[in-house]
Amino acid sequence: MQKFLSIEAVQQVYTARGKPPFVALRDINLDVAPGEFVSLIGHSGCGKSTLLNLIAGLARPTSGVLLCAEREISGPGPDRAVVFQNHSLLPWLTCFQNVHLAVERVFGATESRVRLAERTRAALDLVGLSAAQDKLPREISGGMKQRVGIARALAIEPRVLLMDEPFGALDALTRAHLQDELLRIVADTRSTVVMVTHDVDEAVLLSDRIVMLTNGPAATIGAILPVPLPRPRDRVALASHPQYLACRAAVVDFLHRRYGNPAAAREAGADTPATVPAPAPLPANDPAAGLDQPAVLHRA
Amino acid sequence: MSVSTSSSLPLAPGAARLHALRAACEPSLRSLLGALAGFAVFVLAWQCVSLLIPAFPSPSVTWHAAVELFADPFYDNGPNDKGIGWNVLASLRRVGIGFGLAALIGIPAGFVMGRYAAAGAMAAPVVSLLRPVSPLAWLPLGLLLFKAADPAAIWAIFICSIWPMVINTAAGVARVPQDYLNVARVLNLSEWTVMTRVLLPAVLPHILTGVRLSIGTAWLVIVAAEMLTGGTGIGFWLWDEWNNLKVEHIVIAIFVIGAVGLLLELALLRLARRFTYAEE
Repeated sequence: MQKFLSIEAVQQVYTARGKPPFVALRDINLDVAPGEFVSLIGHSGCGKSTLLNLIAGLARPTSGVLLCAEREISGPGPDRAVVFQNHSLLPWLTCFQNVHLAVERVFGATESRVRLAERTRAALDLVGLSAAQDKLPREISGGMKQRVGIARALAIEPRVLLMDEPFGALDALTRAHLQDELLRIVADTRSTVVMVTHDVDEAVLLSDRIVMLTNGPAATIGAILPVPLPRPRDRVALASHPQYLACRAAVVDFLHRRYGNPAAAREAGADTPATVPAPAPLPANDPAAGLDQPAVLHRA
Repeated sequence: MSVSTSSSLPLAPGAARLHALRAACEPSLRSLLGALAGFAVFVLAWQCVSLLIPAFPSPSVTWHAAVELFADPFYDNGPNDKGIGWNVLASLRRVGIGFGLAALIGIPAGFVMGRYAAAGAMAAPVVSLLRPVSPLAWLPLGLLLFKAADPAAIWAIFICSIWPMVINTAAGVARVPQDYLNVARVLNLSEWTVMTRVLLPAVLPHILTGVRLSIGTAWLVIVAAEMLTGGTGIGFWLWDEWNNLKVEHIVIAIFVIGAVGLLLELALLRLARRFTYAEE
């Protein structure tokens, strides 16, 4: 596998005075290939956001290394853009200005003002918000705000797009709509994405691989599930697709049977990271299968 | 099925408009009536006091004196006899200069205190120690430093108005939501951009709170400072009228001071509302 983002033996320990050290993450090893969409899923408190913050460079690991394009991640940088759960737009700037702030920072030294404005407009256009560019965040809906957040992240042409439960704060219909848009955008831009989620359907619909974390403390990667569903993916067609259902069942099984009870996780002990075999391709003429395409498209 | 489930009964358009107008006017009408009633009770109580204490001017005596006084607020018969307008303007000038200097120094100082923990740790105890001191206690030092009454009064205003601005700005900077700072960190914004595009807009409402508190205090202090330093100014004028035993003028001065303070407060509230962003 071509290594693009590489996480090697990462451990994160928090020490507070007068308390025993708290191990949040241990033995994290993960490689992400260019153009790959990887989801991190696990129960709350399993350290999936911690892992994303480590990749973003917002925190440094206690031990281990994180590499992005063969360079060690030592802090936040524009090669790794982050989409936050709560959109984090600056409320005093318009949508255009919010995106422009990022564009200006990354390309301001080398490109003309006209070009910077073009980039900003193109990013807003990509998420379908050209018409709202002069609106303030408070004047647009939650889903639109999150789209501006995505536009801001994509506008700086990051190597990796990091998303921390990007649709967690949205209602179900808006979330579905934005997931569809994200599928389209990722296909258009061939972005590499690492997304934290706690939504099983979201993980299966969007991901090439689903990284399942064991329960904290001392969480680690319990299993990695490849999602060999063909792209472009269509949520309606997939809803009854046997492979979709099999992937979904595998994640649900991991989350609710093997690691359903956070207390039981500690007794389970060290789980060596294992790749769950992909569900076997089904006969092409199976009437239950909505899609008759080759099943394994796992970009490895 | 009939449409009988429709929720609102049809209203004649004229009646509906009247209804809407009433709904719009009622709250402001009520508060106006409340204010009028409050002042009526106040004047009545004042009248009773003036009947009990003969030296105390009645509302009507004060009113006539005020009409006379405001007929020519800007006369000038030498340094010790100027119209009330000149006196108010002189006080406003001192407040403006002292307060302006305090803002110029206090707001950046508060920024540094809030942004850099070390600066905050150093300055906070000093500020806590000096803040409760009456600004008039600083007046002799002002006289010593500047060897004149007018700059000493400005100095007292400067001292009293700097603290609320320093403290509120520092608290505002320290309380900027982590989300905004994370955006700044992820985008790797320069310190200058963080200051101007993220911190300043986020802190502006806090700064304006400090400014509002400062100007309120400054207007309180100027009256006392001018009583001590003399010259022209509403505080000195008030004291002068006490020496002349024109008690009705003292009452007028009280109303004038109150009205000017209220106007300053309202003007700054307006400004604050203009610059306060709404979260959602």
